[in-house]
Amino acid sequence: MRVNFTVNGRKQEADDVWEGESLLYVLRERMGLPGSKNACEQGECGSCTVRLDGVPVCACLVAAGQAEGREVTTVEGLADYAKHRQDAHPGGGCASGACGTSLQDAQQWSAKGQDSQTGEGTELSPIQQAFIDAGAVQCGFCTPGLLVAADELLERNDTPSDADIREALSGNLCRCTGYEKILDAVRLAAARQGEVV
Amino acid sequence: MAGTTTGIPANVTQGSQTKGGVGESMLRPDGTLKVTGEFAYSSDMWHEEMLWGQVLRSTVAHAEIVSIDTSEALALSGVYAVLTADDLPAAKNYGMEYQDTPVLAYGKVRHHGEPVALVAADHPETARRAAAKIKVEYRELPVITDEASATAPDAILVHENRGDHHAGHVPHPNIVHRQPIIRGNADEAAKKADVIVRGEYTFGMQDQAFLGPESGLAVPAEDGGVDLYVATQWLHSDLKQIAPCLGLPEEKVRMTMAGIGGAFGGREDISMQILASVLALRTSKPVKMVYNRYESFFGHVHRHPAKLYYEHGATKDGKLTHMKCKIVLDGGAYMSSTPSVVGNASSLSVGPYVVDDVEIEAIGLYTNNPPCGAMRGFGAVQACFAYEAQMDKVAAKLGMDPVAFRQKNAMEQGTIMPTGQPVDSPAPVAELLRRVKARPLPPVRQWESSEGADVRALPGGLSNTTHGEGVVRGVGYAVGIKNVGFSEGFDDYSTAKIRLEVINGEAVATVHTAAAEVGQGGVTIHAQIARTELGVQQVTIAPADTQVGSAGSTSAGRQTYMTGGAIKNSCEIVREKVLEIGRRKFGSYHPAWANAELLLEGGKVVTDGGEVLTTLVEVLEDEAVEVEEEFRHRPTEAFDLRTGQGNGHVQYAFAAHRAVVEVDTELGLVKVIELACAQDVGKAVNPLSVIGQIQGGTTQGLGVAVMEEIIVDPKTAKVRNPSFTDYLLPTILDTPTIPVDYLELADPNAPYGVRGIGEAPTLSSTPAVLAAIRNATGLELDKTPVRPEHLTGT
Ligand code: FES
Ligand code: FES
Repeated sequence: MRVNFTVNGRKQEADDVWEGESLLYVLRERMGLPGSKNACEQGECGSCTVRLDGVPVCACLVAAGQAEGREVTTVEGLADYAKHRQDAHPGGGCASGACGTSLQDAQQWSAKGQDSQTGEGTELSPIQQAFIDAGAVQCGFCTPGLLVAADELLERNDTPSDADIREALSGNLCRCTGYEKILDAVRLAAARQGEVV
Repeated sequence: MAGTTTGIPANVTQGSQTKGGVGESMLRPDGTLKVTGEFAYSSDMWHEEMLWGQVLRSTVAHAEIVSIDTSEALALSGVYAVLTADDLPAAKNYGMEYQDTPVLAYGKVRHHGEPVALVAADHPETARRAAAKIKVEYRELPVITDEASATAPDAILVHENRGDHHAGHVPHPNIVHRQPIIRGNADEAAKKADVIVRGEYTFGMQDQAFLGPESGLAVPAEDGGVDLYVATQWLHSDLKQIAPCLGLPEEKVRMTMAGIGGAFGGREDISMQILASVLALRTSKPVKMVYNRYESFFGHVHRHPAKLYYEHGATKDGKLTHMKCKIVLDGGAYMSSTPSVVGNASSLSVGPYVVDDVEIEAIGLYTNNPPCGAMRGFGAVQACFAYEAQMDKVAAKLGMDPVAFRQKNAMEQGTIMPTGQPVDSPAPVAELLRRVKARPLPPVRQWESSEGADVRALPGGLSNTTHGEGVVRGVGYAVGIKNVGFSEGFDDYSTAKIRLEVINGEAVATVHTAAAEVGQGGVTIHAQIARTELGVQQVTIAPADTQVGSAGSTSAGRQTYMTGGAIKNSCEIVREKVLEIGRRKFGSYHPAWANAELLLEGGKVVTDGGEVLTTLVEVLEDEAVEVEEEFRHRPTEAFDLRTGQGNGHVQYAFAAHRAVVEVDTELGLVKVIELACAQDVGKAVNPLSVIGQIQGGTTQGLGVAVMEEIIVDPKTAKVRNPSFTDYLLPTILDTPTIPVDYLELADPNAPYGVRGIGEAPTLSSTPAVLAAIRNATGLELDKTPVRPEHLTGT
């Protein structure tokens, strides 16, 4: 079957999709967007979290066909999404489909050299920068899913309490960090957001 | 290799500040790639025309294979190959210490989930469907699942013809290895004891549960070899095992590290490496293989479950008199690293305490349970769980404070281990305990805090099934000792290649090692070391591959010590060569070249008096200096097979925990409120990642205390819970704040004084949580994990 949907702001078309293929598989293997991770493929770990029409979902549990006509945001589009939210819809998400990274850009994802330790040169969303600064990234496999979930939390609630953060991220497993630095990162992003506004 | 995306965080360069050396909290150079989704993990590999590999796994634990019929699977459109053991090109077995593990089962299957056949197809779903069409006929055999069934005189042998070097020393062929330690005379010493305490403890089977599944891409090469992109802890150990199974010389198996999504010991053994390579060579097409979570539970070895029998004696004034123990580790169907785990469990079974008279025996079993091997803490974890429970029991019997009792018996620098080896660097056991104890306790009943009731702080959290009527608080302590690096005479070394050259008018160092960055932060500290040693700002970390010598494994807390040491060594030689060039070029202009102590700092050559002689750019011009050097830690020796005596370990790491828990005794639910850790790290090369490692290790110990266990049916030896639905991992709601207090007491024998960090916190975290739950409930609790039924007696 053919699936038409919008990914990170760009209209996309996937052909020859099997009935049983998940949105995660289509993103990773057909769209060249492997940022959403495949750790359990049964909705338990949150590594594959993306936003579907703004709502965080486990992409591994969404059948590709269910994305028909809808808007998907992955970690690859997170920086643009957050920037656009800040510029165009302060305090809200983008539903226009006009924002985002082009698929072509996103597909150039193969490992690149990095010229800095702090992410200078790459535009990052506040939550992405905070994860780096707080030391919340170890192996990083949980990171894309956590970022999408945390960004959605901060969109809803710009001054989350620790209990709010824990509740919002309780569907995302991390095996490396012990979560403390992830909490730090979300607090940091919230604080920085507060300074900007 | 057009169209291949390799998984290497390639050419990651550090920033341009002059700072960033050893001792600073530097940020990860791969951080940006990881937060943008661009970092290529092993499951992200892609190649034009690639096929997908799929394994068919045994549905029974112990059986003879009567027949395998692959015809229906082969007939499926889109299927390129279906292989069984008969199709393997060369050696049929692999293994780290001894090659007893079949690539694909032949003759027999020995555990549930053992690989039996392989499929390559053009879509992962096609591959799965094809695998399901393979018909395997089994003749089931009785299963061996515990010490009694394994060592019965008429027990079926898991391996009929053992040829390994432990075979001649073990009392029964179903025992992999046995390590006794006899020192002093425990029976004599027991006569001096005023109290004697015995305990029997059970440690469940834990899974590493790294999030990035076993995966990779094998690409057949024109020379008949294969290029392999995988996530592993030790490229060169893999290579040694893979090449013979492919029938290829090692130079035709080129391995490149793909991005690693956690490891914790679970990537020490081979998983899909040989399988994907065999399929690639057979089909002449690139083959990608990604285990799903279900398969991942079968695709790597687990932490050894254990039974531990302990006896301690103490005098009225609180001195330990003797210790006797027997530790039975279940190694499962194949050897993996069980002998080394046995050596660790026995040699560290006393814990960080002074006990002169001991009688110790540790054994590892062959059974039909899932194979067990390396996991963070490696044999020391199980022992720590038991000896710490014993410490509390003895203290209680003596009416002493559990921390004071531990401190009274704590080892220190100079203490003789039960193996006869002196502890020759700082061992601040009493101090670590003091520090966790001195920390103020978190407030009680936080859900009733002044800001209003928040049920999320209750045991059971959001489920809102109680308002805290049955909740009691408990506090518990534990401390542990872990060896660092590979022990018992293993030739443990690491290699680093350092290149210094001028690029775009700036001196740049490139660090090339085969070390695995599993998330621990090695890439960060490798650059820090190069900056410190060479005084350059720009450091590039080259991708890890087999084009450079072995770095050894990223395990046993050894990588900063070993590869850090290799980088330091190589940099020192680079420095000498640079100065040699400088002396040649500029020696006639300034006498300091000949008679001053010269340093490299901030891209310049300076005297120890601070006078700048020249810049690295001027010295090097278009010359590059390149050095590849090995680093070895001081030699160790094997433990005597009868007495356990020998200088077997290189270095020790120590951590202490205090756990504060609240237990709902009606619901049987535990909430860990705080899990404070104090640890000696020798030298914090990167304080930020030191804390991250300690918090991560602590959380894994918390997991095993209250939720994590692979459950194996004792009648069938089948795994009951191979999924994240049924194998529970701590979430952010289960994990408390983890305050960390670290000490830096340098080990004089280690580079920069470093001490392995990653493992020790996993040891003491579990017994501390158990102690706190016991303290809260008054229950005995001698098993991990503690489940609600243990707390409610239902
Ligand atoms: S991969 Fe989707 S929730 Fe785990
Ligand atoms: S799983 Fe490795 S950093 Fe979270």
